[in-house]
Amino acid sequence: MNDDPSRRANEAEPAVVIVDDHAIFRSGVRAELEGRLDVRGEAGSVEEAVRLIAAEHPDVVLLDVHMPGGGGVEVIRRVARENPAQRFLALSVSDAAEDVIAVIRAGARGYVTKTISGPDLAEAVRRVRDGDAVFSPRLAGFVLDAFAGQIPEAEVDPDLDQLTIREREVLRLIARGYLYKEIALELSISPKTVEAHVSAVLRKLQLSNRHELSRWAVERRLLD
Amino acid sequence: MPGPLEGLTLRGGLTRRTIVASAVLAVLVGVMALALILAPFLWRLGRNLAAERAERIRSQERAELAAHLHDSVLQTLTLMQKRAGDEREVAALARRQERELRAWLFDGRRPRDESSLAAAVESAAAAVEDAHGAAIDVVTVGDRRLDDSGAALVAATREALTNAAKFAGGAGTIAVYAEMGPERAQVFVRDRGAGFDPASVPPDRRGLRESIVGRMERNGGRAMIRSAPGTGTEIELTIEMEPA
Repeated sequence: MNDDPSRRANEAEPAVVIVDDHAIFRSGVRAELEGRLDVRGEAGSVEEAVRLIAAEHPDVVLLDVHMPGGGGVEVIRRVARENPAQRFLALSVSDAAEDVIAVIRAGARGYVTKTISGPDLAEAVRRVRDGDAVFSPRLAGFVLDAFAGQIPEAEVDPDLDQLTIREREVLRLIARGYLYKEIALELSISPKTVEAHVSAVLRKLQLSNRHELSRWAVERRLLD
Repeated sequence: MPGPLEGLTLRGGLTRRTIVASAVLAVLVGVMALALILAPFLWRLGRNLAAERAERIRSQERAELAAHLHDSVLQTLTLMQKRAGDEREVAALARRQERELRAWLFDGRRPRDESSLAAAVESAAAAVEDAHGAAIDVVTVGDRRLDDSGAALVAATREALTNAAKFAGGAGTIAVYAEMGPERAQVFVRDRGAGFDPASVPPDRRGLRESIVGRMERNGGRAMIRSAPGTGTEIELTIEMEPA
């Protein structure tokens, strides 16, 4: 798949598909992204999305969190069966923490809100294509909230259940509206290191069975 | 002839028992038959009542939704068409409507506490958005009770946001980050404007000196201003809580 020459020629311009049940929103995003990214198609339902993604193999799927028939989580689940490497970026107006965390835990590599500007969205897509995680200030806030509080020493898996001081600092700066390069400057580290911290947080978010995270999620009616 | 008599008595006893038994059986069969005959009617009746009730609730909800959309979204859409020429005004209208609708849709389920510091920060940001037409994104982590020092923090936040909206409102979204715990509450207000040299702020800029720095210090907190020409401005407001 990755040897497809037409795709390699487009290395600077990632191929995306837009999945959202609102046609007016899809056309808005498409208009914003035309000329910046290679928009391969749109889908308005879970079924359509699964078919479109299988046909187009886009670098990144722009995925709405809320859709009839299981939403973004269901799209990720079904695509992952055939193609676990497919990359997703959640794009939503939803403010509900439980929905955002659910789509990240299902496998999305980031979350941005629909008010994001065209150039910023194109940049976020590029970042996700390159394997990085994209955290909006809001997502950073949700994660800090979810990982807040102490848990008993005995229950801690230090690799998964806690954020390091550095990771917390990075998340806090994202929540404060800093760009990655500004965070790098502030913490005297390289932008690559900032990205590595964010990816590490994403991994913890997806894999941790942290007691606090589950409790927090239950409180917000994420898990049964 | 004891035989027949006995037999008669026996038969009589049997008969009496049989009569009782068959009477009970008849009643039982009758009840069951009645139940069988009536069951569908009763079932349907119950279901109809439940359906009617659900329908009534649904139509009430629909009426409430329609009323809400009419008072809010439709009015805003009309206003936006009238102001179509003014890009900034249209964006501000859309933003306010979005915030209101979102609050109605999501926060309705979890009503905000009047005494919540996080809620107070959010409504301060909403007020500045409405007054100055700037775009403000608020992220909060944790919460605490809104006490006097918290109120001072909110007032200083509002002043910082007003400054940001006035001097940098055209330069992208203003970011507010509030982190609140038992020991400390902190608010960061960051804009993407032209920035300035904090050392050269003229003494008549009362907003910054009095309403932000002075107010925080009078309430046992502190304010820090990070800015330089060309980098935007970040104001950091902190209050430490005395241990409870």
